[in-house]
Amino acid sequence: MENAAPETAISETVWTQVGSVDDIPVLGSRVVRTPGGDIALFRTAADEVFALEDACPHKQGPLSQGIVHGRRVTCPLHNWVIELATGEAVAPDEGRTGHVPVRVEGRSVAIALGEAKLSRGGCRKACGHV
Amino acid sequence: MDMHLSSNNGPVVELNEANLLNAGPAKERLVVVGNGMAGMKTVEELLAKAPGRFDVTVFGAEPHPNYNRIMLSPVLAGEKTFDQIVLNSREWYDANGITLLTGEPVEGIDREAKTVLSQSGRVVPYDKLLIATGSMPFIIPVPGSTLPGVIGFRDLADVDAMLAAAAKGGRAVVIGGGLLGLEAANGLRVKGMEVTVVHLMPTLMERQLDQSAGMLLQRELERRGIEVLTGADTAEIVGDEWVSAVRLKDGRELPADIVVMAVGIRPNMALGKAAGLECGRGIRVDDQMRTSDPSIYAVGECVEHRGVTWGLVAPLFEMAKVLAHDLAGGEGAAYTGSVTSTKLKVTGVDVFSAGDFSGGEGTEDIVFRDAARGVYKRLVLKDGKLLGAVLYGDTKDGAWYFSLLKDGADVSAERDTMIFGQGFGGADAGDPNAAIAALPDSAEICGCNGVCKGTIVKAITEKGLTSLDEVKAHTKASASCGGCSGTVERLLAVTLGDGFTAAPKVKPMCKCTHHTHDAVRAAIVDRGLKTMAEVFQAMEWTTPDGCASCRPALNYYLLCAWPGEYRDDYQSRYINERAHANIQKDGTYSVVPRMWGGLTNAAELRAIADVVDKFAIPTVKVTGGQRIDLFGVKKEDLPAVWADLNAAGMVSGHAYAKGLRTVKTCVGSEWCRFGTQDSTGLGVKLERMTWGTWTPHKVKLAVSGCPRNCAEATIKDLGVVCIDSGYELHVGGNGGLHVRACDLLVRVATEEEVLEYTGAFMQLYREEARYLERTAPWVERVGLDHIKAALVDDPERRRALNARFLFSQTFSQDDPWAERAAKGVDRHEFNLLAEVG
Repeated sequence: MENAAPETAISETVWTQVGSVDDIPVLGSRVVRTPGGDIALFRTAADEVFALEDACPHKQGPLSQGIVHGRRVTCPLHNWVIELATGEAVAPDEGRTGHVPVRVEGRSVAIALGEAKLSRGGCRKACGHV
Repeated sequence: MDMHLSSNNGPVVELNEANLLNAGPAKERLVVVGNGMAGMKTVEELLAKAPGRFDVTVFGAEPHPNYNRIMLSPVLAGEKTFDQIVLNSREWYDANGITLLTGEPVEGIDREAKTVLSQSGRVVPYDKLLIATGSMPFIIPVPGSTLPGVIGFRDLADVDAMLAAAAKGGRAVVIGGGLLGLEAANGLRVKGMEVTVVHLMPTLMERQLDQSAGMLLQRELERRGIEVLTGADTAEIVGDEWVSAVRLKDGRELPADIVVMAVGIRPNMALGKAAGLECGRGIRVDDQMRTSDPSIYAVGECVEHRGVTWGLVAPLFEMAKVLAHDLAGGEGAAYTGSVTSTKLKVTGVDVFSAGDFSGGEGTEDIVFRDAARGVYKRLVLKDGKLLGAVLYGDTKDGAWYFSLLKDGADVSAERDTMIFGQGFGGADAGDPNAAIAALPDSAEICGCNGVCKGTIVKAITEKGLTSLDEVKAHTKASASCGGCSGTVERLLAVTLGDGFTAAPKVKPMCKCTHHTHDAVRAAIVDRGLKTMAEVFQAMEWTTPDGCASCRPALNYYLLCAWPGEYRDDYQSRYINERAHANIQKDGTYSVVPRMWGGLTNAAELRAIADVVDKFAIPTVKVTGGQRIDLFGVKKEDLPAVWADLNAAGMVSGHAYAKGLRTVKTCVGSEWCRFGTQDSTGLGVKLERMTWGTWTPHKVKLAVSGCPRNCAEATIKDLGVVCIDSGYELHVGGNGGLHVRACDLLVRVATEEEVLEYTGAFMQLYREEARYLERTAPWVERVGLDHIKAALVDDPERRRALNARFLFSQTFSQDDPWAERAAKGVDRHEFNLLAEVG
């Protein structure tokens, strides 16, 4: 068996196994804790898995605690609706939460933390939401 | 060249190599291993492109000529005979000079010598070898899976085994709720067996159908007498010499006379692997279907192409065409993968799916539901192109959608009307009004009442109708499910021109539907809708799974309508009700134990103090509802905090719930020199009766021991003010955003009457108020007289309401904290999925 990609190969995507699709409830979410903050993994009715930074662009509400519908999640604090695929807030709200690439092989879920487009705090500068 | 030279009798002599070499100009020898649909499609295509180019020998493991494997389901159901599904008879093989060796599996390939060896010891040389060994049913490796009576669903022998079992009657368990499993289940049911389908996933055919269509399919199969168990994981197949039962991981045991295992297929690549061909999940082939040996090809379900294996007939045929082209000496043909569609072959159940309907970045859904006809259609679009389609109940446009999808056609122009099908309109499809105008007079507009366009237009012009309601009254169009009301309005607009102004719309529940809260609630009760999926379909939701606004409301309405029967939908609850604590701005939670009637004692206070120390809870606050709130509890600590509070006898205070919150009291006659009655004791009784209930919004009660009203009972949802002669009941108050003092409902003499009125009032509110409507706006909306009529003027109705309330309470008074702390319910809610880095 080959070993995992060496750490020097920075161009190579490093995938971190975090569990099985079945560990995430359908239309629900689970949290992966990382040194860079919590990541929320969502599972849709169509069995897709998405990962977002677990913080709403509005007031950093934990999106993992929201209600999942279609390919969106509604933040539990103030009902902002966030696109799971992009982290974008649905109009009329504006802002973006960081998203993390997800790979599902069989039932096993991996995330690419190195490729995460995190935006913690970025929105505040961009759109004035505090 | 003569194609008819081959012998019709025993082929052994002709297959001697020397004979073949002597037979004349060198004809290449093509040996096909596998007499199934992929291999023989290749041979058919080859004969058409280059007749006589090869001497063809075909090995088949089964003792039959080549048959249409996908029609085995109709054979099982008794709708077709085997003869009707034979694709190529033995005469056809003879007529085309093909040597057919049936019942003769091939055991090995000698790539050096370029020969194959069959089970009977026959050695046949080849110039080109085609492996088309198909697939095998995947048998899940549980104990007992090799018992006699466990059948796959792959070939005619399996069908014969099932038919033999069905002839004896009894019970069949089908493991696998996919395409094949359901077809087997239907066939066995038609043949008179008691059938149970055991499916691991939450909905049937989840790879082909979305949740809504899967649920409709399940209902239809159940209507046909097939029991369907979803989310069911097989642990073991039980039996001594023959299967007797299937045991599930949750402990249930299902008696079975046969077990059909239809959980999936595996490429049958053993022959290729043994010969040293490169294999992955199947025998690896390139775009010309060549294996790693240039003389050997592979086609069909046994191959892995570009990392993908296939189990449907269309891709196999596409592969066969490419390969035949190549074998015939052609160039440039390449197989690059397939877009597939599926149909379920169960007579009377129309299901179609194609492409990718899981959505994707920038995709949009178009959902159409016709409850009256039992139709569900969903199209998934992206960048003006059709990406996927799921159809249930009406699949006639499946082929059209599939061709649009395969061609990657730009459908922006048809977008607004394409959900209605290819036959819709024909005019400028981009303009729905023009499309309506182009419909013939005979086009049916209202499916429920069978009203045609001509009838409606005639009524509009002759009777001078100008509104939807008038059309409804005169023609009955849109008078039932209302699904066509938009179409009728367009007809009005088209017919009247500028003379039409759309009626002001009543506010729908949310963007997923055009129905109001009241209409949806009425339908749930009147039409006996018992699941969210049934509501979505019956009320023609325009989204696949609702939204964060309608789902909690529907969950409540269903829970209220069907106590003890409806299973609470966890994912349709707000986080506070999922976590049984209140989320705070920093993502931590607050915990409020119940203090019955505002009473507590040293043991409870000591336990609270200990919990605060043990979990380093930063803030402790006395609430306005006379209890203690612990702020800043980490979510993962919640079950442990609850366990400690439970141990001291405390239960959840439901401070997070759309339900009964507190019953605030003053001390009353026991201590107070002004007290007229035992207000604290009555408060405790009221709280014991009403705790745990789910209501449209939060409910707060209070009992004051005298008209000084220290418990502020007249700004509560229901307040009791004790007086010398008994009790005053006040309702509909609120001390929040819009302060509203209660209305006096009634004066009664006894505590029993207070309890009965309270139960009845709670139930009336539960049954009539809209979700998230507090009692204050509800009382203002319906009027105090309406409430008095139900509770005061009609004692029988009051008692019935109270009885319904008490009945529903028998299902709701379990402490949710204890369930989670001690029994581990919803453990995933409080644990991290993983911790990395």
